[in-house]
Amino acid sequence: MRLFLFFVALAAFLTLAVQSHAQDLREVVTQYRAEIEKPSRQSIGPVIEQIAATGPQGAALLQAWGDRALGLRKSDGLMVIVGESDSQTDAVTGAELPTEDVTMLRPNSGVRGLIAAALAGNALSDPDRARRAQALDALARRGDASQLALLRDALDDPDPGLAARKARLERLLTIQHDPDPAARIAAIESFGGDTGLDFRASLNPILATRRVALETVPADANIAAELTPGGAMSRADAYAMLVAADLAPAQMTPQAERAVLAQHINQGMVGGVPLAQLGHEDARDRAWTALEQQGLVQPAASEAEVDAALARFRFLDLYVEPNADVTDAARAALRGTQTRIGFMQAADLSLDALSLASIYFLAAIGLAITFGVMRVINMAHGEFIMMGAYTGYVVQQFIANRTLSLIVALPLAFIVTFAAGVALERLVIRHLYKRPLETLLATFGVSIALQQLAKNIFGTQARPLTAPGWLDGALTFNDVVSISYIRIAIFVLALVFLALYLVIMNRTRLGLEVRAVTQNPGMAASMGISPDRMNMLTFGLGSGIAGIAGVAIGLFAQVTSEIGQQYIVQSFMTVVVGGVGNIWGTLAGAALIGFFQKGIEWLNPANTLAAQTYMILFIIIFIQFRPRGIIAAKGRAAVGA
Amino acid sequence: MRKPLVLRHPSILIFLAVLAVFTVAVTILSAGYGTGVISTSMVKTLGKTLCLALAAVAMDLVWGYAGILSLGQMAFFALGGYMIGMWLMVARTEGIVAASLANMPIPPTQAEITQATATQIFGVVGADSFPAIWSFAGSLPAQLALVVLVPGLLALVFGWLAFRSRVNGVYLSILTQAMTLALALYLFQNDSGLRGNNGLSGLQNIPGLDGVGQEKLSVWFLWASAIALGLGYLLIAWVASGKFGSVTRAIRDDEARVRFLGYSVEGYKLVVFTLAAIITAVAGALYYPQAGIINPAELAPIASIYLAVWVAIGGRGRLYGAAIGAVFVSLLSSWFTGGRAPAIDLGIYTINWVDWWQVLLGLSFVLVTLFAPKGIAGLIRK
Repeated sequence: MRLFLFFVALAAFLTLAVQSHAQDLREVVTQYRAEIEKPSRQSIGPVIEQIAATGPQGAALLQAWGDRALGLRKSDGLMVIVGESDSQTDAVTGAELPTEDVTMLRPNSGVRGLIAAALAGNALSDPDRARRAQALDALARRGDASQLALLRDALDDPDPGLAARKARLERLLTIQHDPDPAARIAAIESFGGDTGLDFRASLNPILATRRVALETVPADANIAAELTPGGAMSRADAYAMLVAADLAPAQMTPQAERAVLAQHINQGMVGGVPLAQLGHEDARDRAWTALEQQGLVQPAASEAEVDAALARFRFLDLYVEPNADVTDAARAALRGTQTRIGFMQAADLSLDALSLASIYFLAAIGLAITFGVMRVINMAHGEFIMMGAYTGYVVQQFIANRTLSLIVALPLAFIVTFAAGVALERLVIRHLYKRPLETLLATFGVSIALQQLAKNIFGTQARPLTAPGWLDGALTFNDVVSISYIRIAIFVLALVFLALYLVIMNRTRLGLEVRAVTQNPGMAASMGISPDRMNMLTFGLGSGIAGIAGVAIGLFAQVTSEIGQQYIVQSFMTVVVGGVGNIWGTLAGAALIGFFQKGIEWLNPANTLAAQTYMILFIIIFIQFRPRGIIAAKGRAAVGA
Repeated sequence: MRKPLVLRHPSILIFLAVLAVFTVAVTILSAGYGTGVISTSMVKTLGKTLCLALAAVAMDLVWGYAGILSLGQMAFFALGGYMIGMWLMVARTEGIVAASLANMPIPPTQAEITQATATQIFGVVGADSFPAIWSFAGSLPAQLALVVLVPGLLALVFGWLAFRSRVNGVYLSILTQAMTLALALYLFQNDSGLRGNNGLSGLQNIPGLDGVGQEKLSVWFLWASAIALGLGYLLIAWVASGKFGSVTRAIRDDEARVRFLGYSVEGYKLVVFTLAAIITAVAGALYYPQAGIINPAELAPIASIYLAVWVAIGGRGRLYGAAIGAVFVSLLSSWFTGGRAPAIDLGIYTINWVDWWQVLLGLSFVLVTLFAPKGIAGLIRK
């Protein structure tokens, strides 16, 4: 019974206490009204602490005050918080108020620092997990020395995740702001080869340098590098530094010399030299020397004087951070980090290259059939890719659901381009099997006709082929390595096609007959296989696959009438480099070209045009050494190549 | 004593006569020297067409006689244009710069003029000094030599690499296409030294001939183009007619057999390829001053394929066929795409030839390949 009474009393007390918070805030605000309105850094500290101690509304008030969002209503002097879009709330009760004219309070930066510290310290041990996380985020964005102490006081956290973040942040802040160099070095070394962006960001200010020219170098200078004029630093730059620091007279530039000479034109002469002669450097020098002797111009620094001035000074990059041990540790840590980042970038690059390779493979696999197996140069292959992409676009106009439209578009694109391929084979290519060069030109004619048709139908502007929502976003491994889902999907699609090709060619009747017709049409015909029919079907199959590839390519590229043109040369390259007539060769060719292109882009990231140029040059040279590609067809299959 | 070349091949005489009559007729009808029935821009178009015909004749030597379907001929054409364009641009810009600097109180030095010229030319690509490849751009003889040397060397090196490793047939076609694509992509870069995709412009103004109006210049260039076409035609006909020509045609028909007979197939191919590249470059050097502008788009693979298309439609293996094809198709093309062809109203749909010309060209090309493999010249022969 006594226990019960105790609890009742406790509950009543707690209720009172909660109520008294608001009461307290009002009291505190009323009591220290004058200080709040005109705060001074020396005396405001206790007031801020009292307000912070009152609870959430006090914290909100402090937050607003620190953000210069606290004001006094002009009508009655009520303290209000002005939110975004000018909404106003009572600073003490939090009640919403109608918008009125307000005089804003503008605390100086010292006071705001105190407010921020009080808020952070308060929030870091707030019972609400979300608020603690928020406070940590704020701290991670801009931490300073005062907050380091607060953070150390609040390291314990019931949530293990937050506790780990606090510990990490504590070490990061230690690196930047701890007064004790030993502690900073220990903190730097504790990270090992960590590749986090936050760690690198905390090292960078330590390693920041400034460039100075000094006659005598103080003993305690923390030197990052010494530059020799004419070596790491050009003479002109070095001398310009001296001139900028008023340590040496300016050297005369041709423009300045000319301007000064022009000021001293006297009766068609400058320093006794006729104007007409001044189109030569030596005449100008003579004029200048004459003016100098008359005392009309200042002597310009000669080359010898420049040399002497440069010799007198030492040009140094000095660390802003005075302690050499700290900078050494930071540099070592950054080097270790960069090695690991280098590996990760290589991994990321490999993923990029892999996805580029799968795009090339997709674009080329249809060609691997028509060109690789049948030896038909189909310049309209790119236009089949385009037809596939436009099929995807048209289907999306009728079926709103992206996933469903994709499921419909893939087989439909195959059917459309299969039909187009069969038509092309029947009408044109069939008549030209003995004349491969003319096939090239005839299919080129088809290609320009199809391109222009697409332009007439769909216009010249790019049409969107939008990927389903579940293909948005990227698979992220860490700060460096990530790959978008759409690229993964294309990679998977490429694998599916590879498997499909292998199954069709090696495990089905169709594949057997196709191979028979390619190797020896006469013998195949005598075995009851119609070469005509087989050629038609094979060409249709290759074209149909190009159509499906078109849908896939349309998902990440702009669908225009020229989409096929961008891939046709690369596709032929892929097949030729890989080795005609062998799907593994095509795969190897796509991988080689993809990795090579990404490799060049990595060496010269700003310039993808150069990457393509060098890639094509590489292929031209590669063909010199392996004219039949990476995997050359051997034996019977090679005959007729 | 053998009969002279032109007597053995009367078609040469006929071609040259037609060319001469055409040139005289255009001159009489031009605005510069005659009645003015033909506008200056039309004279330029005709002059350009003659240059294209020369490129087509050279293409016919490579393709029709040696059997090398080169899809990179326009690379040589454009390189020739770039080489002469460099001199035209530097000389003209230097003149303008010098004129503007002459008004300053102190006369400019040579270094200042060069500096200002470089800034003027390369300002668009963010540079202010001449790249190394412009070292000779100030000298007309040097650039004229480069018109021949640069494309010739490119053809020599590329051809040597390709023929040596026995790259043949369609593979060679794709490789030549890759060559022109690589060159185009390279020139598209701003730091290529040739003003990136801005290309070279203002080439129609010939330095030192400011007093001569475009209406006269255009006729001069027409004459130059006609003379170049005539001489080029003669040269190629001569090359193709003798023993050298016979071996070349034999290579086209059965390369392996010629090799077994002891001929250096690679050497013959290399000579033909390089000679054609040089002739094409000369054609380009005459073409671009009439066009006024050159940019890397001129090297796009499609341009070279069009050249092959003209030759095929004209009829390959016959030089006059190539010339006829180039003249016929390129003039027809500019007539259709220039919007001068009347639209056909079908009631439900109006055929605008600007939109449909490419379709027509593509399809007619398929038809020619299928049903008239010898082209227009084949029809003449019948």
